[in-house]
Amino acid sequence: MSFKIYEINEELLDVMPQEIRDLQFKATWGNPKRGVMDLPYSKELIEEHSLCAGCPESMALRYILASLPNPEDTIIVNSTGCTSLVFPHIALHTVHSLFGNQNAVASGIKRVLEWRFPDKVKDVVVLAGDGATVDIGLDCTLQSFFRQEKITTICFDNEVYANTGGQESGLTVKGHVFKMAPKGKQWDKVPFWQIAIDSGCHYVARLTVSSPKRVETVIKKAIYVAREVGPTYVHLYTPCILEIGLNSDDGLDEMRQRDKERFAFFEYMTPQAEEVINRKKEEGLL
Amino acid sequence: MPEQKVVDADWLLLEAPRERKFITGAQAMAEAVKRANVDIAIAYPITPQSEVMHLVGDIWAQGYLKDYYRAEEEYGAMSAIAGAVRGGARAFSATSGPGLLRGIEAIASWPGHRIPAVLGVLTRVVNAPLSIQPDNVEIAYLLHCGMVVLHAENQQDVFDFTLASFVISEKVDVYIPIAVCTEGFFVTHAKGYVNMTPEDMKLPPRDPYKAPVPPTDCEIPPARIQRDAPVQKSNFMSYLIHAVWQQEVWASNRRAMKYIYKYLGGPIEVVNPDAEVFIVASGCAAAQGREAVRYAQLEGLNVGLVKVKSIRPFPEREIREVLSKAKAVIVPEHNIVGWLAKEVKASIPDNDKVIGGPRVYGGMTLPVELIMEKVYEAFGIKKEKKVVV
Ligand SMILES: Cc1ncc(C[n+]2csc(CCOP(=O)(O)OP(=O)(O)O)c2C)c(N)n1
Ligand code: SF4
Ligand SMILES: [Mg+2]
Repeated sequence: MSFKIYEINEELLDVMPQEIRDLQFKATWGNPKRGVMDLPYSKELIEEHSLCAGCPESMALRYILASLPNPEDTIIVNSTGCTSLVFPHIALHTVHSLFGNQNAVASGIKRVLEWRFPDKVKDVVVLAGDGATVDIGLDCTLQSFFRQEKITTICFDNEVYANTGGQESGLTVKGHVFKMAPKGKQWDKVPFWQIAIDSGCHYVARLTVSSPKRVETVIKKAIYVAREVGPTYVHLYTPCILEIGLNSDDGLDEMRQRDKERFAFFEYMTPQAEEVINRKKEEGLL
Repeated sequence: MPEQKVVDADWLLLEAPRERKFITGAQAMAEAVKRANVDIAIAYPITPQSEVMHLVGDIWAQGYLKDYYRAEEEYGAMSAIAGAVRGGARAFSATSGPGLLRGIEAIASWPGHRIPAVLGVLTRVVNAPLSIQPDNVEIAYLLHCGMVVLHAENQQDVFDFTLASFVISEKVDVYIPIAVCTEGFFVTHAKGYVNMTPEDMKLPPRDPYKAPVPPTDCEIPPARIQRDAPVQKSNFMSYLIHAVWQQEVWASNRRAMKYIYKYLGGPIEVVNPDAEVFIVASGCAAAQGREAVRYAQLEGLNVGLVKVKSIRPFPEREIREVLSKAKAVIVPEHNIVGWLAKEVKASIPDNDKVIGGPRVYGGMTLPVELIMEKVYEAFGIKKEKKVVV
């Protein structure tokens, strides 16, 4: 572990924008009890990130970054898409490789870090869009579950290929008109949380990011379980306000509506996962 | 498994005693992996490569490697290799034909991501109609992704190139992946004599901190906070970042040349440097070219051979020098497209003297007689063809 993973050269400190300095000086590292309550005082993602104003993906990312129990020893593997745009603007070790191979890359990293650092906890978290996770990357995603890789996979489901301009994805709802589905999508939204359960994930949750505290709890559970037991999967609704024609301040309302229907909170855990979660609760970490 | 002693890399490659064994090309590759202190190998079946990764699996089971698994397919395998190398490991994989093409999106990203992995490429037919026979057209797809590409003629080359590749690829001024190619079946499944370094000696482990880019292990600050940040903002800076990064990849590729001289005796081997007519060949075709030189000698024809070991970096200067006085250049190949002939033509000024071919593909062997026909053509000798009906 090194708290120096993000350190600005002293000579350049005076010319660095305040936000960049905040990433270093307002970081909340070294405290597993950190969480979304720190957000008003800490800095996890610079304001000038490249997502659209008000994009719920940026909210989700903030909550997740604030909730990682072990950020100084966490590697995030992401994929091409809107999500990838924020990674150069945070203070963590992250990898961008290709579009769809995130779970394979993460498998390689996790296996190696396990034997290179047997006495340390190194968390590997995959964070990718719905297209990356369920369409082009389906094979790598599922096979990492089958192999029981100890990684946490987080899908930012905005029900569309946002970064390439709004095309239908496997997670688009049936009937919705998007590019490449000019007559409306012909088949159902893939219930990937269910497939994750059937494929061997030990902890699975489906939710919107309307409640920061709930995101925090879910992320911490998923990471603690992945560390000790095996793959975990978190399915988040992060609507693409741009492609569904909403304003910058409409994202939260959109998520609250979906909380009552197709993204109603759902959680699954295996007995081994439950044991870990209960223990972490007793330790005051959840 | 014998206890293996770590020895100096230069000593192991250049001076260590060698023992002569009669083994297949696949065995030679696995034996090199055994001595290379490899941490992880990731496999996916495809003929004729599978033999290599079966053997590597066996040496993992014996305790030589720390990790080994059968991947989802080649794209996943090559992506996980990239992950493992970022994590600080020394990694190896091997594939063939369609497997190479399936993995190539990931493989082509390795140089830019500065992934010093070693990949065995045991060539076979790609494209339809499906066939598992030897044909090295797939090497053409590797030539423009930035990695170092070596082409082994025989089992000995396979051993030497593979072992040296682990050392060369991790040199700080190189730090890009290396493909060790050879013909499937002709080399992988055939036996030859191989002089091997002792089984109880291995290379020093990879030091992931001795690198132009840091490993992704949260132990040290990275050069950039996201080592492989996508440069997606459409502005001059992003174009520039990509451009300088790729320039550096290709400069690294050129810098590998000095190590190819040091460890492999140079990128080319020349037989009969004063020849009038040269055969330029790589891989198995070089072995047949060697035979053609012998045939020609028996007939009193002054023919030489340039065996090209390194396809990337391509030894343009060296080839230009050797061929400067040649009156004709024959390039026999195991593929239909003639990628080596194109490389040779692009390297010499008077390239109308290059006779592309003979070319065999789809699994055909390359009889020396076919090369000799071109030799006669080059010397203006008319031979009567006997047609037996
Ligand atoms: C192999 C490959 N195919 C296609 C693309 C183009 N591509 C880049 S991002 C993207 C869409 C990403 O969609 P998603 O994963 O849902 O993330 P979002 O942008 O919606 O957050 C596509 C299709 C690519 N980069 N690579
Ligand atoms: S296009 Fe959609 S998903 Fe992408 S940043 Fe904008 S609102 Fe967010
Ligand atoms: Mg999407």
